[in-house]
Amino acid sequence: MKYTPNSPAVVKEMLDEAGFSSLDELFTDIPDTIKLKRELNLGPGRSEMEVGRELKTLAARNLNTDDYPCFLGAGAYDHYIPAALDQMLLRSEFYTAYTPYQAEISQGILQSIFEYQSMICLLTGMDVANASMYDGASALAEACALACANAKGEKVLLPDTVHPEYLQVLKTYAISGRMEIVTVPSRQGVCDQEQMLALIDQDTAAVVIQQPNFFGNLEQAPSLAEAVHQNKGYLIMAVDPISLAILKPPAEWGADLVVGEGQALGNSLSFGGPYLGFFAATKKFLRKIPGRIVGQTTDLEGKRAFVLTLQAREQHIRREKASSNICSNQALNALAATIYLTLAGKAGLQAIATRCHQLAVYAAGELEKAGLKLKYEEPFFREFAVLLDDPAGANRRLLKNGIIGGYELKDAMLLAFTEKRSKAEIDRLIAVLGGKA
Amino acid sequence: MNIPNDLLYTNEHEWIRVNGEQAYLGITDFAQHHLGDIVFVELPEPDTEISVGESIAVVESVKAVSSVYSPVTGMVTENNEELENSPELLNEDPYANHIAVISISNPDELNSLMSPEAYAAFCAQQEQEEEI
Amino acid sequence: MSKLIFEKSREGSNNFSLPPAEVPAADIKDSIPVSLLRETPADLPDVSEVETVRHFVDLSHRAFGVDNGFYPLGSCTMKYSPKINEWAVRLSGFAHLHPYQPVETVQGAMELLYNMQNLLAEITGMDALTLQPAAGAHGEMTGVMIIKAYHQQRNDHRRTKMMVPDSAHGTNPATANVVGFDVVEVKSNSRGLVDIEDLKNKMSPEVAGLMLTNPNTLGLFEEEIQDIAAVVHEGGGLLYYDGANLNAVMGISRPGDMGFDVVHLNLHKTFSTPHGGGGPGSGPVGVKSPLADYLPVPVVSEQGDKYVFDYNRPLSIGKVKTFYGNFGVIVKAYAYILALGAEGIKDASQQAVLNANYLRRQLQQDYHIPFDRLCKHEFIATAKRQMDESGVTTLDIAKRLTDYGFHPPTVYFPLIVKEALMIEPTETESRERLDDFVRAMGRIAEEARREPETVTGAPHNAAVKRVDEVTAARSPIVRWEG
Repeated sequence: MKYTPNSPAVVKEMLDEAGFSSLDELFTDIPDTIKLKRELNLGPGRSEMEVGRELKTLAARNLNTDDYPCFLGAGAYDHYIPAALDQMLLRSEFYTAYTPYQAEISQGILQSIFEYQSMICLLTGMDVANASMYDGASALAEACALACANAKGEKVLLPDTVHPEYLQVLKTYAISGRMEIVTVPSRQGVCDQEQMLALIDQDTAAVVIQQPNFFGNLEQAPSLAEAVHQNKGYLIMAVDPISLAILKPPAEWGADLVVGEGQALGNSLSFGGPYLGFFAATKKFLRKIPGRIVGQTTDLEGKRAFVLTLQAREQHIRREKASSNICSNQALNALAATIYLTLAGKAGLQAIATRCHQLAVYAAGELEKAGLKLKYEEPFFREFAVLLDDPAGANRRLLKNGIIGGYELKDAMLLAFTEKRSKAEIDRLIAVLGGKA
Repeated sequence: MNIPNDLLYTNEHEWIRVNGEQAYLGITDFAQHHLGDIVFVELPEPDTEISVGESIAVVESVKAVSSVYSPVTGMVTENNEELENSPELLNEDPYANHIAVISISNPDELNSLMSPEAYAAFCAQQEQEEEI
Repeated sequence: MSKLIFEKSREGSNNFSLPPAEVPAADIKDSIPVSLLRETPADLPDVSEVETVRHFVDLSHRAFGVDNGFYPLGSCTMKYSPKINEWAVRLSGFAHLHPYQPVETVQGAMELLYNMQNLLAEITGMDALTLQPAAGAHGEMTGVMIIKAYHQQRNDHRRTKMMVPDSAHGTNPATANVVGFDVVEVKSNSRGLVDIEDLKNKMSPEVAGLMLTNPNTLGLFEEEIQDIAAVVHEGGGLLYYDGANLNAVMGISRPGDMGFDVVHLNLHKTFSTPHGGGGPGSGPVGVKSPLADYLPVPVVSEQGDKYVFDYNRPLSIGKVKTFYGNFGVIVKAYAYILALGAEGIKDASQQAVLNANYLRRQLQQDYHIPFDRLCKHEFIATAKRQMDESGVTTLDIAKRLTDYGFHPPTVYFPLIVKEALMIEPTETESRERLDDFVRAMGRIAEEARREPETVTGAPHNAAVKRVDEVTAARSPIVRWEG
């Protein structure tokens, strides 16, 4: 199937008018030696029906979370997406639009980004937020790079309770040679504050805390902010947006830069992407943060209007002096988050977070009754690790019982409980794990 | 293009007014004109040591960003705090509004700077080169 | 004036509800220390579903997508996004997959990724592919990191510089800087192409490589690409291909055959996935075999009759994002390639180049075309004539075009051409649309001559008049303050 609208007859006319005798003549500027002399090995084109069939076949070969309750978390969560959301996202003025560089004809998109930025600030308590980044991990990497660029030191300290893939991404970004990533061993599933404090010095550009951490545990490290600030470094927090409905906002921790994964806000699991990195900061960092920023202004007639602003930070102006190269971000996913937060609303988001917590607490209690033990004793949100001798074996049993089990650790399984999980599903999970099914 | 006679100039479009051991530093009319409406000036911290050719400040407009390079070695004694809230002063009068004051440690460096006539010729040449 | 969603908030309007609790309604304070809890909830809006829907529908009316009209943004390839792709990505079997599900349960998704790796390798003439980067710039970063890792692995630590042409897209030098390279600019000659003499002078044992796009940002094919490749390779460097302009040459010439070692693609440009108002995109990176070891993990591989994630790659640069890439974007591009097939892919490039040359010839009458010769999928026009005659600028022309119902071309890029308008029609535009555009540009040229204020005062028909960007940057307001 082709999407080119001109018939061969029209193509011929256009060639004539443009002064060419054939389509091949349009490519005489390409040396013959590098011209492809065969057809691309891509197979024949297909009609829409055939494309549909092929994709349906591929999709059907996957077990999905509609069919099987999913207790997997570990950075991606099966939260409920209200029906109205996708219909808004399917409005093609939104999804087929480009970046709103032409402000006058893009006020709708610019306003939605301004609303998104505002909501991220409300959740995190921070002063400013950008229009989005690729995901939580790359947002964290950019925050660490920013901290290193601004501080005297280049060391980034983080507990090993941070998501292992976030750590991997950080190490990759450190290929720049401008960041030194130092992991600090955790203690009983949370950051070892004493050890961290002992390591903070003049060379420390930033300390990173993930809240809740990878294991679902809540970090309690109230002295880190002061210690790192005293050494002219920064506190960076990687947070979960659903949890922020009930947890203390990172601004109150003294965080300077706040990042996180926004997938849980109205974005489907989608096998890992596209997701949503959010990035927020104190006012001090406004002119230094990466990414697009929408600002409020007025037009020539004094009407309120929105526009991409502070572009002098960005790659298209700073070029080799830019501290970030980000261009396209995750705009449509940010729009999804904005619509989600509006549909759920102030009370709704609290209800969702509370329900997640209550289900997790219930599950923890039932697991203990079934003779299983939680790996850690720390307070948790939405997720925790349960000790198992054979997590892989347990997952196989769960699958046979129609359940997608949790993330396998060496000696435990990380289980997540979103508001979508019913009591029956949880009871069945525990029956299987407890060996009673 | 306004090019006052009592100043010295650089090929990065900075001007410098020497007052004994103090040098007042700013950007020229050519610079502010090319930058357009200036929206932000990143000023140096007082008591910072600076070397000749090192970036001492950054001037941002809506569509461009430009480093301001120090024409001399020395120490920044003060910066023009007015520019924090009113960066547009650099557009209004780039010569009346300095960016920083430097106490010079090596006066010989002043000999490498351009006279107003040399700078005028330099600007004329730059304008020509811009035509594609 | 349009209200913000916060300004529409009315306490008690929102009806969102969860199913009744089936488990005990435990008090959060029983299990979470008070010191970790919020004291006041985030002041998110309280709006009913009907008003929420109306709000976003209203916002959509003040946006302009490819589905609204012609969008000739140079270097963005705003081609039509087929709707079957939107349908496909919403299938439960794609949308509702957790990335950490056991691989046996997601073999369909893995097959799609594996096939996609191969399809893109074939189109680009490369040997190995990663689908992990989330955007073009992200792919650039990945590719340039691979180049750095390659040199480091060879114990060649002198190569601290990366060359980019002066016509390069801003992400190229920004990427080089972010990865820790110093940027060296290579000049363009009077034909708008890389100045080979300048390249030879600047190539040295301190240079890690050259980043190029071909055709370049002027829409011109680098005819001496093989010589360019030789200079870089003989100097011990690697050649990087910015795939933003791949739409010009698919099925006709492949970057792998031109001599490129690393390539990134923009699925949201060349492969029709929608731009979403600024993303999500996807920036796969392809490499020649000697560099395959450095690709990010995991790579999707075949093991017998199964697909697996290969993490056992000790020389890998690591990961550039969590999980495997923007899967939801990859699905759409995959469907696109299936639909077009070999013939359709080549047809896309042929029609894209035809449309560009057709427009170039038609616009010559009224506009200065600095490189008035065979172009590829895009070309540059400038407002030179209009500037000289009546002071009308590229910006004015762009704004006036919106009054005629068109999205403007890219303006003021590349930086080496004054008052540039970069025009890329893409292949999914009919002759009628192109002629309409030419007519509108002709009318604007006429207005610039007769009544320039109509052009300089544009836009006249948009939701707002020209916005005050200066105040927005001087005194930024980036969130609602209440």
